[in-house]
Amino acid sequence: MIEVKNLKKAFGDHLVLDGIDETIAKGEKVVVIGPSGSGKSTFLRCLNLLEEPSDGEIWFEGNKITDKVVNINQIRQKMGMVFQQFNLFPHLTVLENITLAPTKLGIMTKEEANEKAMELLAKIGLTEKASSYPGKLSGGQKQRIAIIRALAMNPAVMLFDEPTSALDPEMVGEVLELMTSLAEDGLTMVVVTHEMGFAKKVATRVLFMDEGKIVEQNTPVEFFDNPKHPRLQEFLSKVL
Amino acid sequence: MYLSSSWFGKTIYDSFYNAIVPDKRYLAYIEGLKVTLLISFFAIILGILIGVIVAILKVTATNYKMKWLSKICNIYINVIRGTPLMVQLLIIYNLIFTSRNTNELLVGAVCFGINSGAYVAEIIRSGIESIDRGQMEAGRSLGLNYVTTMRLIILPQAVRNILPALGNEFITLIKETSVASVIAITDLTKAAQYIGSRTWDILPPLIIVALFYLILVMGLSKLLSVFERRMAKSDRS
Repeated sequence: MIEVKNLKKAFGDHLVLDGIDETIAKGEKVVVIGPSGSGKSTFLRCLNLLEEPSDGEIWFEGNKITDKVVNINQIRQKMGMVFQQFNLFPHLTVLENITLAPTKLGIMTKEEANEKAMELLAKIGLTEKASSYPGKLSGGQKQRIAIIRALAMNPAVMLFDEPTSALDPEMVGEVLELMTSLAEDGLTMVVVTHEMGFAKKVATRVLFMDEGKIVEQNTPVEFFDNPKHPRLQEFLSKVL
Repeated sequence: MYLSSSWFGKTIYDSFYNAIVPDKRYLAYIEGLKVTLLISFFAIILGILIGVIVAILKVTATNYKMKWLSKICNIYINVIRGTPLMVQLLIIYNLIFTSRNTNELLVGAVCFGINSGAYVAEIIRSGIESIDRGQMEAGRSLGLNYVTTMRLIILPQAVRNILPALGNEFITLIKETSVASVIAITDLTKAAQYIGSRTWDILPPLIIVALFYLILVMGLSKLLSVFERRMAKSDRS
């Protein structure tokens, strides 16, 4: 579904991604872990071109999206993204946050979008917040609404950029729970996170990044129980 | 105290009476007020239009590293902000509109609009830049294009942040239209000078038009604060 070939990204002289080759198949739940500054967020943000790659190719559903002629806006409709800082639109109600993109892009009528949004809100138990503004919600509620805002577009893949890192510890659970249930529904997911428990439980494959490269990848059991690369062994000994 | 208060009061009453009633002089104020309002209104509209466009061009130029575009925007802003309004007014009047049947009102409105646009552009640019980068990224990641995200997500938030500064600019603009008389526009201020020259008593008409300006500006402030309160309904936590 997503194919990355020799992806490189430099900010000025600083090479953040140093030649990444990776294929993500439909239905996979890929968790990316690594120390700060290893390039894992940049890698994720390159997948929907929020960061423009300096070199290399990215293919999505048979389209080479690094090609200038591809309409990236259409591609992004199929790639939902969830941010560390939630990025809900503070001037719109929860319902408007969810329905804005589907209606403005002509994918759904206002009625369809509202119905879909209420359905999704019911799923996360926040229907009564539909007409609230984001400023009145807790961090956990904001992030869960950000997730269903992306889901309302019926994306083929969801990208999560450290979705729980800005949350109070007591709210991490509710967000991970929602993500787990999405994984169980068969959604293709790429998740950058520091939540090792989530990686162990949900991932079909775990990648370890260091200094702009994927240095090791494996099934979660092998990855955590039998790490091979010394850098990964060192990293796991610190975080587990 | 040789002047009795009743005599003093009567003199003041007479001067103001002379400045308003004889020869239907009050009509001159009304006409002047109309002109001032017309120029201000169209200048504000034009100023917002130019301001929004220039601000978006400038922000876009920075985002997409188009140096020539930000250079053009900066030249406009620097020239307008770096030269006196009255000089701009005279230059535009004499440069472009030299024919006999020039519509001074139009020249005035256009000139004040172009002038205000530079200030509005800087205010709006600061407003756009005050919005977190994540808002644009969130909009784009949902598949909305740059312009739509700007229009539906960034600008509404930016405007709410800059409303007080924008209000100040409009208040300044209304008062600055008083220099319009240099290109033979009979605005409120010119009307006062005209009446003063008839009655040989300039002070009363000046005080009268000062009151007009004061009421205009206070009305606008009131309007803006209502607007501000309405926009604040979704206040952030």
